[in-house]
Amino acid sequence: MTEQSHPTAATYLRIGAMLVILTVLEVGVFYVPAFRAVLVPVLLVLSAAKFTLVVMFYMHLKADSRLLTFLFGAPLLLAVGVIVALLFLFLGTLTLRGAAGAG
Amino acid sequence: MTHAAPSPAMAHPTSMGIDNRKMAFWAFIGSECLLFGSLISTYLVYKGKSVVGPYPHDILNIPLTSGSTFDLLMSSLMMVLALAAVQRGNMKWGKIWLFSTALLGLVFLGAQVMEFTEFVHKGLTISTNLFGCTFFVLTGTHGAHVAVGVLWLLTLWVRALQGKLGSANATTVEITGLYWHFVDVVWIVIFTVVYLIQ
Amino acid sequence: MVAQDAHAHAGPQGFIRKYVFSLDHKVIGLQYFFLALAAVFVGMFLSLLMRIHLIWPTAVLPLVGAIKPETYLSLLTMHGTIMVFFVLTTAPQGGFGNYFLPIQIGAADMAFPVLNMLSFWVTFLAFLVLLGAFFVQGGAPLHGWTGYPPLSALQSAGTGQGLGADLWVVSIALFCVGALMSALNFITTTLDMRAKGMSMMRMPLTCWAWFITAILGLLAFGVLFSAGILLLLDRNAGTSFFVPLVVVNGQVAAHKGGSPLLWQHLFWFFGHPEVYILILPAMGIVSEVLPTFARKPLFGYTVIVYSGVLIGFMGWGVWSHHMFAVGLGPIADSAFAATTMLIAIPTGVKIFNWIATLWGGDIRGTTALFFAVGFIAMFIIGGLSGVSHASPPADLQQTDTYYVVAHFHYVLFGGSVLGLFAGIYYWWPKMTGRLLNEPLGKWHFWLQLVGMNLAFFPMHLIGLLGMPRRVYTYAPELGVGALNLVSTIGAFLIAVSILVFLFNVWRSARHGQIAPNDPWGGATLEWSIPSPPPAYNFSVIPTVTSRMPRWQTEHHQPMQDPPAGPPAPIHVPGGSRWPLVAACGLPVMALSVLTHTLWVVFLGAAILLFAIYRWAFEPLEG
Repeated sequence: MTEQSHPTAATYLRIGAMLVILTVLEVGVFYVPAFRAVLVPVLLVLSAAKFTLVVMFYMHLKADSRLLTFLFGAPLLLAVGVIVALLFLFLGTLTLRGAAGAG
Repeated sequence: MTHAAPSPAMAHPTSMGIDNRKMAFWAFIGSECLLFGSLISTYLVYKGKSVVGPYPHDILNIPLTSGSTFDLLMSSLMMVLALAAVQRGNMKWGKIWLFSTALLGLVFLGAQVMEFTEFVHKGLTISTNLFGCTFFVLTGTHGAHVAVGVLWLLTLWVRALQGKLGSANATTVEITGLYWHFVDVVWIVIFTVVYLIQ
Repeated sequence: MVAQDAHAHAGPQGFIRKYVFSLDHKVIGLQYFFLALAAVFVGMFLSLLMRIHLIWPTAVLPLVGAIKPETYLSLLTMHGTIMVFFVLTTAPQGGFGNYFLPIQIGAADMAFPVLNMLSFWVTFLAFLVLLGAFFVQGGAPLHGWTGYPPLSALQSAGTGQGLGADLWVVSIALFCVGALMSALNFITTTLDMRAKGMSMMRMPLTCWAWFITAILGLLAFGVLFSAGILLLLDRNAGTSFFVPLVVVNGQVAAHKGGSPLLWQHLFWFFGHPEVYILILPAMGIVSEVLPTFARKPLFGYTVIVYSGVLIGFMGWGVWSHHMFAVGLGPIADSAFAATTMLIAIPTGVKIFNWIATLWGGDIRGTTALFFAVGFIAMFIIGGLSGVSHASPPADLQQTDTYYVVAHFHYVLFGGSVLGLFAGIYYWWPKMTGRLLNEPLGKWHFWLQLVGMNLAFFPMHLIGLLGMPRRVYTYAPELGVGALNLVSTIGAFLIAVSILVFLFNVWRSARHGQIAPNDPWGGATLEWSIPSPPPAYNFSVIPTVTSRMPRWQTEHHQPMQDPPAGPPAPIHVPGGSRWPLVAACGLPVMALSVLTHTLWVVFLGAAILLFAIYRWAFEPLEG
């Protein structure tokens, strides 16, 4: 068994608090009209932060073997790649036919 | 005759120093990324393309779903506290936290059932429009994963009540935790992509 | 076929426990082989019917009757589906992989024997569900193994597109589940169960191949599974994932807004890695067979490993080369053309390494070697037509013609099948304890090689002359009649060669020469144990000090083979019936979509859960 640093309950609670705050911020950005212009990037960053916190600390990936990070990270990257590729392929950016979208 | 053979997972010293089940589970989570990735891609590709309503802005209930999001995040916290308790051998708190996690999971499911019923009343079913298909399949698949997780947690809780769960088999709880946190993490993505970015 | 030292080691007793419900990876591997064997007979029979029809459209055959146009389409759909999934995705990985991965890395079994058995039973049930399509009203589906909507998404679109197509989708979905579970097992076993000293870079190339294939499967089958569920919903729940506004037989279908292209993207995102899943294990086998019979180490082991890994990575970025004719636009087409051309590089590198392995070697011309060399030659031809497909303008001419059919049969038959036979002739003595007859093997090889070239080479010409694929007949003016006849003759010659092989198998079982532990002078661990191996594989797990443990190399003495018997009795787990019960829960759940009844899902889930709980919480019977 590899040496695993065991975070304390306090650490877990702090991460929990951060997750709550990030969610409040997300909902806030959604409701406050002034932020509409930056809604998408801000939300993506905030949810990516929450995602990372849960994966690194609750799922213990930060302290675990790098192999596990790879076993998760590579498929994650692939999944994100698929999403981005399909968005490009379907939203007309690559077809030179304008924003009309693919059939 | 039935002297329990140590499973290959524990009998054989592992080449990479990682418990077989844990390694397999992270690999499984990898495949789930692709499963949910394809459903999320499908949702995004059809976003805004519904020919008839109801449309997302007509019908999505942000306050309720924000509540679900908090609920699931708190359940992740409880899950990790459950694991810590079991690893320490403190089965009293282990049981409490395991049950609480499952309970919050049930609350999530309850809210989802309420949401789905509400949508159907308002005229959005799986076959109404593209929003209907993609929404129900994506969130429904997620919900099914939550349901499996709740069953899994309750099973562990019963085993703990029977005295069969302890620090010696904490890895089982750790793997349950991996599943549960992953389900939470998928929800984080769904909440943003489906509910907040309309 | 699995040796038992009954008095020293508790193992499963009785025929059912030993051969049907065994957890032993070797037995499960053989089960996969038998499944693939049954599948290949069905698949070949279908292809022969197709070939007869193409040269004799008005033929009336016994049992089958006259082949109507729609029947022809269902023949080709089932031929493709069976061959791709149940033969070539199954035998090299589930068959050979299960049998030999643990042995070649020095392990007693796979990481998860029970999951292993579950994967097999789910795959087996998937096959039964698929075969069921032949027997339901409307018969088997027409939409090709690629299942493109709207044809595949609409129940009313044609004969066989009703229940037959539903069963097809369910079968594929079940297959995905089985493949995913198997992938988990292979990945964990390869990473975590290697013997002391067996570093990743000392593993046989076959182990690398199975490992990369498993990773590809892990990621690709999840996408196919999603796509399958979406298709099933389009067919049965009125969703419009893949169906635009469409009129069928004068009736406007109830769907609107979907895009058939989405299916193509999702399918081929799976489909392209799938073709690497189909070829990598065969390449691994060739990489082991060549050094053994050239009595020379594999040339450029590290390069071949990295090529394989690179192919695994790059294979994710090429999928739309299957879609050059759908109108993706010049930017997307160019991007995919570039990635496709790039991926030819690591493949080409491997070929040079194989040739260099043989060069200057002390060649022993066994049947296994012939098949391995045949693989290289045929795969080069298939690869060349593949490179021509990488160019979108060229592909616009070739796509959906027989040229494509030629390409993939050269790489799949000339590649995967020849590679599979190389493995079969190589490992037969190890698995059965008897040698196959070499002269008969050579007859098999030559008949098969000539047969496949007669069958598939003309298809390059036929395609370029304008004959589309998936058509039940063609105009005489096209001028492809004679070539089609040659192709049909070739197909039957292949069938004859298979008969020769089967005769060899039968003869070997009856009075084949008994095989020693190491008939070939092999370098890897499987040759250090008896033929067939004992249930526990190694009496003592060896410590590995080189890439070729059994050979004398510059730096290493050959290893000591493990002793004939273990120092202390080794407990071998007993069998279990619960995985089969669990597996049965899945098709029951799928039935709910077909019968439009919700409670059936819960029934299926209950069966699945019950069996899982039983196996998880009860000790295995000894």
